[in-house]
Amino acid sequence: MSDEPPPPSRRDFDARLREAKARRRARKGDTDQPSGGGLAFAMRVGVEVVAALGVGVGIGLLLDRWLGTGPWMLLLFFVLGAAAGMLNIYRIMSGYGYTAGYRPKRHGPGKPDEPKRKS
Amino acid sequence: MAGHVESGGVAKHSPLAQFEIKQIVPLEIGGVDVSFTNSSLLMVIAVVLAAGFFLIGMRRGALVPGRWQSAAELTYEFVAGLFRETVGQEGRRYFPAVFTLFMFILLGNLLGMVPYSFTFTSHIIVTFAMAATVFVGVTILGFARHGIRFFAFFVPPGAPVLMWPLLIPIEIISYLSRPISLSVRLFANMLAGHTLIKVIAGFIAVLGVAGVLPLAVVVALTGLEILIAVLQAYVFAILTCLYINDALHMH
Repeated sequence: MSDEPPPPSRRDFDARLREAKARRRARKGDTDQPSGGGLAFAMRVGVEVVAALGVGVGIGLLLDRWLGTGPWMLLLFFVLGAAAGMLNIYRIMSGYGYTAGYRPKRHGPGKPDEPKRKS
Repeated sequence: MAGHVESGGVAKHSPLAQFEIKQIVPLEIGGVDVSFTNSSLLMVIAVVLAAGFFLIGMRRGALVPGRWQSAAELTYEFVAGLFRETVGQEGRRYFPAVFTLFMFILLGNLLGMVPYSFTFTSHIIVTFAMAATVFVGVTILGFARHGIRFFAFFVPPGAPVLMWPLLIPIEIISYLSRPISLSVRLFANMLAGHTLIKVIAGFIAVLGVAGVLPLAVVVALTGLEILIAVLQAYVFAILTCLYINDALHMH
């Protein structure tokens, strides 16, 4: 460390730090891009279909065993699971994010300047 | 986790031998096998390393950080930035959980890259336990914040009532698939990568001089694996953030 002219006081530093942080946050807010690189994105997407399908089949099998309804629940929930998988992908690709539901285009949610929305 | 030693069956040079659970201190409480295994050992090491990293790094808390402190601060700032971008200030108090998860998974993945060690994140039960914790926690959080309105989550807005019986099960399955995809993603990536490295490394000795080729591939793959180790920890953390954000601000 070099001997610089008398260092500004600590409180001054804090103030400047807070200011700089606020500035950075504001700047980050307007770049509305999906977080993470392409590879991370690809890896997130791949599993979604299989997972939903698996859950559907699992529910189907459990219901069948519980209710004793032949293969029908399995067949029904297999289709529902496949639909859910497609829904997952659709949501991610069309920018709804991972939210259940269809709130449009908020990739980097909770922008600090945005008023809290409740509904 | 069920930590019984897999006896025999696995050949000595099997690429899957690295995933075997070995007991170190056999223990049994009330008929449940709670042995201290190599998996538990690695987890303990991960926790100690993570704690040590930050304790040593932040020991001084100097205004102008030293090497350790900058490393610790960079890690913290990275996850904190991630959290701020996805959840925002409101969810501030859930940040420690995300940060802990991130460090635990990151160290688990990276420690798995050390030769002769063990990758505990390559076992689905470990990743599923973490994902299930996140899932249950987020669901409880959603209920606590929104009460019964939480179920509105599952009703697509603007859909005709006639379609509800079809759409609601789909939404519920989609919601339930979260912990599965979260855990399978991490586990599958670690398992596949480590197995692939072992398989290709198996060619080196067999091919003689031409073994240089698989050797080069293994070197490249090792680099890729380290990338994936960090990436997967990141993905797990960011998805946890997104789920928390979901539960906090519902549509």
